[in-house]
Amino acid sequence: MRYDITLVVNGIVRRVGVPARRLLSDCLRHDLGLTGTHVGCEHGVCGCCTVLLDGEPVRSCLTFAVTVDGRQITTVEGLAGPEGMSPVQRAFAECHGLQCGFCTPGFLCTATALLRQNPTPTDEEVLEGISGNLCRCTGYQNIVKSVHRAAELMAEEEGR
Amino acid sequence: MKPAPFDYYAPRDLGEALDVLAEAGEHGKVLAGGQSLIPLLNMRLAAPERLVDINRIASLEPFEVTPDGVRIGALARHSQVERSEGIAAVQPLLRQALRLVAHPVIRNRGTVVGSLVHADPAAELPAVLALLGGSVRLARAGGVRDVPAGEFFTGPLESALEPGELAVSAHFPRLPERTGSSFVEVARRHGDYALAGVAAVVTVDDDLRVSEARVVCVGVGPVPLTADVSGWCERRPASTVDWAAVARAVQDRTEPEADIHATAEYRRHLVGVLAVRALTEAARHAL
Ligand SMILES: Cc1cc2nc3c(=O)[nH]c(=O)nc-3n(C[C@H](O)[C@H](O)[C@H](O)COP(=O)(O)OP(=O)(O)OC[C@H]3O[C@@H](n4cnc5c(N)ncnc54)[C@H](O)[C@@H]3O)c2cc1C
Ligand code: FES
Ligand code: FES
Repeated sequence: MRYDITLVVNGIVRRVGVPARRLLSDCLRHDLGLTGTHVGCEHGVCGCCTVLLDGEPVRSCLTFAVTVDGRQITTVEGLAGPEGMSPVQRAFAECHGLQCGFCTPGFLCTATALLRQNPTPTDEEVLEGISGNLCRCTGYQNIVKSVHRAAELMAEEEGR
Repeated sequence: MKPAPFDYYAPRDLGEALDVLAEAGEHGKVLAGGQSLIPLLNMRLAAPERLVDINRIASLEPFEVTPDGVRIGALARHSQVERSEGIAAVQPLLRQALRLVAHPVIRNRGTVVGSLVHADPAAELPAVLALLGGSVRLARAGGVRDVPAGEFFTGPLESALEPGELAVSAHFPRLPERTGSSFVEVARRHGDYALAGVAAVVTVDDDLRVSEARVVCVGVGPVPLTADVSGWCERRPASTVDWAAVARAVQDRTEPEADIHATAEYRRHLVGVLAVRALTEAARHAL
């Protein structure tokens, strides 16, 4: 059986027919063609499938698309604004917060939500915030730097 | 891998959910936060025929502070309970435990009640319920029953929940006066299930002598292992209790098993170290 559901993805209303067992991650990637959301482990460990559900970060591989019918989803494709990349994206580029980039969509979504909730996180709060995301390349140091740098960029933009 | 197909129901009220579960019997399964169930479905370790998604049943959402503790509804997410100052004021052990449950992103979806029903032997929340002597409220078409923690956890990943039943809420009693709590654990990585963990509650009397001390251990048995160690404290002031001796008494009761993550011996060692930490911290908070 197929379910007709409506998701507001990155501000755009999308209607899609899916079987109940369709994971949100697969719905985004396969049904909607938004392949920015990456899939690593499909059991909640790696964090690279993290998207924002009504602004809150969740694992899209541990969510059925039918469960979130009618809700707002933000994927990595939706982070940039009309003026270009978001402060978090710019900070990751500036601080070399990525190498291969596989984990990056999850880190960007997680960090975006973290900084919205806590605009001036301590080192410890950053570590706790990103503790559910794995990166095989960077060794995390530059990711932590990127999150702090993003906080600075956001504060500067607020001040302007 | 992907989940096997299933029939999907997303009722909007409890009665409808209970009817579907009654009809489905042992072929039915409840989907709450999905943070334990969906990994099992993805890996095809579970393949229920019917899934009852309770995420649209608004009456299951709230949690409330009651005169004798905290009642947490089936859809209260870990993160909501962790953030609640009202809950932290009457039952601080919940926040102490929730900070050790997985990662913040998983806590945004996972539910407290789901964690109790899932009954992982290394999980924190079943241990908290067992230590505090709380209970789980189970509803079925035509009836409701409250099951005390001591009877609720029946084995690894096994609870007293029967086919056709839905856990609607759980009750965690409040901490008595002059009582402190603590939850400590060792995991391979922060956020993983613990290799071993110990939670403690310690009560002191008017002369600040330890009148009651209880612990619960996780990861060292099929279900949370509780122990009343009040006698070992000999009603001494917290600063002169021989906590190491108390911890050895706790250690002696555990029967940890070895697996790829740790030997039984190492787990037993951890319980000793963690029991001292948990008890001394709880005693400090009691003063
Ligand atoms: C990477 C990762 C790390 C984790 N680490 C930890 C950890 O360290 N400690 C820990 O405790 N947990 C951990 N978890 C599990 C997490 O806490 C889950 O959220 C929790 O165990 C289950 O809650 P849920 O709401 O997601 O339940 P679900 O996954 O929806 O359900 C789990 C089980 O409970 C049943 N169930 C759920 N709710 C009800 C109900 N109301 N009535 C009847 N049956 C119900 C379901 O049918 C299913 O069998 C981790 C999960 C992941 C993915
Ligand atoms: S793919 Fe979802 S957490 Fe790894
Ligand atoms: S940049 Fe390669 S996994 Fe993180």
